[in-house]
Amino acid sequence: MSETAKAQTLLEVNNIEVIYNHVILVLKGVSLKVPKGGITALLGGNGAGKSTTLKSISNLLRSERGEVTKGTIQYRGEDISTLSPAALVRRGVIQVMEGRHCFEHLTVEENLMTGAYTRGDGRGAVDTDLQMVYDYFPRLKERRKSQAGYTSGGEQQMIAIGRALMSKPETILLDEPSMGLAPQLVEEIFAIVKNLNEKEGATFLLAEQNTNVALRFAHYGYILESGRVVMDGPAADLRENPDVKEFYLGMSDEGRKSFRDVRSYRRRKRWLA
Amino acid sequence: MPDQLLFAIEVTLNGLMAGVLYSLVALGFVLIFKASGVFNYAQGVMALFAAMTLVGIQKGQVPFSHLINSILGTDLHYFGWHIPALIAIVLTAGVMVLFAWIVERFVLKHLVNQPDIILFMATIGLTYFMEGFGDLMWGPDLKKLDVGLAQGGSLWIEEHTAFLGGDGFYGFFIDKLDIAATVVAALLVTALIMFSQYTKQGRAMRAVADDHQAALSVGISLRFIWVLVWSVAGFVALVAGIMWGAKSGVQFSLSLIALKALPVLMLGGFTSIPGAIVGGLIIGVGEKLFEFSVGPLIGGATENWFAYVLALLFLVFRPQGLFGEKIIERV
Repeated sequence: MSETAKAQTLLEVNNIEVIYNHVILVLKGVSLKVPKGGITALLGGNGAGKSTTLKSISNLLRSERGEVTKGTIQYRGEDISTLSPAALVRRGVIQVMEGRHCFEHLTVEENLMTGAYTRGDGRGAVDTDLQMVYDYFPRLKERRKSQAGYTSGGEQQMIAIGRALMSKPETILLDEPSMGLAPQLVEEIFAIVKNLNEKEGATFLLAEQNTNVALRFAHYGYILESGRVVMDGPAADLRENPDVKEFYLGMSDEGRKSFRDVRSYRRRKRWLA
Repeated sequence: MPDQLLFAIEVTLNGLMAGVLYSLVALGFVLIFKASGVFNYAQGVMALFAAMTLVGIQKGQVPFSHLINSILGTDLHYFGWHIPALIAIVLTAGVMVLFAWIVERFVLKHLVNQPDIILFMATIGLTYFMEGFGDLMWGPDLKKLDVGLAQGGSLWIEEHTAFLGGDGFYGFFIDKLDIAATVVAALLVTALIMFSQYTKQGRAMRAVADDHQAALSVGISLRFIWVLVWSVAGFVALVAGIMWGAKSGVQFSLSLIALKALPVLMLGGFTSIPGAIVGGLIIGVGEKLFEFSVGPLIGGATENWFAYVLALLFLVFRPQGLFGEKIIERV
């Protein structure tokens, strides 16, 4: 872990504020750093601002009428807040959107090929990467000719990640990869993420509600609550933190509580003010 | 063969040819609808504008001559050259690309993320703007379009089919222009399908049609794709404009063929290129045969409404049309 801590910071988000539709304040000063070669997790419940943070980095926010009104976002020291998503993909930053968003009427292979849209390094290199994606996701190879709309949820998540890989990214912003998937598939997807991180050196920033899984695979975590970072630290520390255990992992010193108790307790207790 | 049957066959053939022209117009709608979910009401007027521009360029007409003359007191009308049809077509295609770029730059760009109905209204506005703009640029008079396509009934076909019937039958009457239109439409559709299935930009176009957010996320520029789609639709409009214009002259009523394309789209499906073709053929043959067989019984003029009633039936029983993309729903 000390190695990644010393590693170069690729992405730096500094105190950003995001407003949707000119009125709805969603992020109220979020700062975070993503080191090269790490898996960084953004944790928090519904509406905490995880997706918005990712979208403000990848600049998909503008197509949803959102706007970064304060703060800076830098990638490799360059201000990227005015770049188009396409320009960012060319710089190696790509987002895998929440809810998979496959191109339903395209085949699995065509879906993957759209990921290579911005590349200009020739057929050969793209084909090599396609093989690599198939090696990581052998199931996609079996189904390459079927329409993506008819594949299962897990396969669609694999398509979405594979499609992002086809752009030869340096940093992948992964939004809620576990959404709507069976626990076993969630493990499978995260194992692949870890593999990609270790073998291909891909840097990940992932937003996840499933704190338990995310903290097992990530190196560093940020916890967001209603648009603010309320806690951050190495994943191992967060896992042991009593508050995190209490609020996000559903455990406490008295052992596992029922979900109802956790919720009411959470409402009563204010923490880290 | 009995003459009645032969006439029915002739009517069918002529219906097929008319259907090809409907298909051409419907194609332009499908392209834009697929890529942006917008029903482009201006498709018909685009065909008119393209045809007017083609005639204007071919004859060396001075654009906006009426306006220029009335402001500057000059008497300009023609540059005095005559440009070969093929070059004029290429230049007109260029104008349509420029038009696509302008539409994206000044209209679509500002309407991103607005509900579809707003974009639809924008295309209605565009329609009336272009109607007036076309008149201002090239003059409102009826123009004759001649790009060197053969016209008139084909004697060869008549001579070689005359033996089929008795004394009262002189062979099938088929307009040469219709044959040319069929060939051109077939080539155009083949080219379009090849483009959308086998090229990178075509794939990107289909990706945008499916999910524009996701397309944006993988680095596809929506604005570029829109210009591309509108350019292709403009080119299709040009081809449709040439065919219709050669048949019945370039005039305002040309823009009304857009309305004829509506039932074609309902029949074939708004999202299917093959659907636009088959839909056009069915409507073409259907309305001719209906007029031929049932028309005399109910006083004729069925061609005005037959297509719409057929489309209505389709809407009730198969709302996505014959070939419309199935709405994929996983449970």
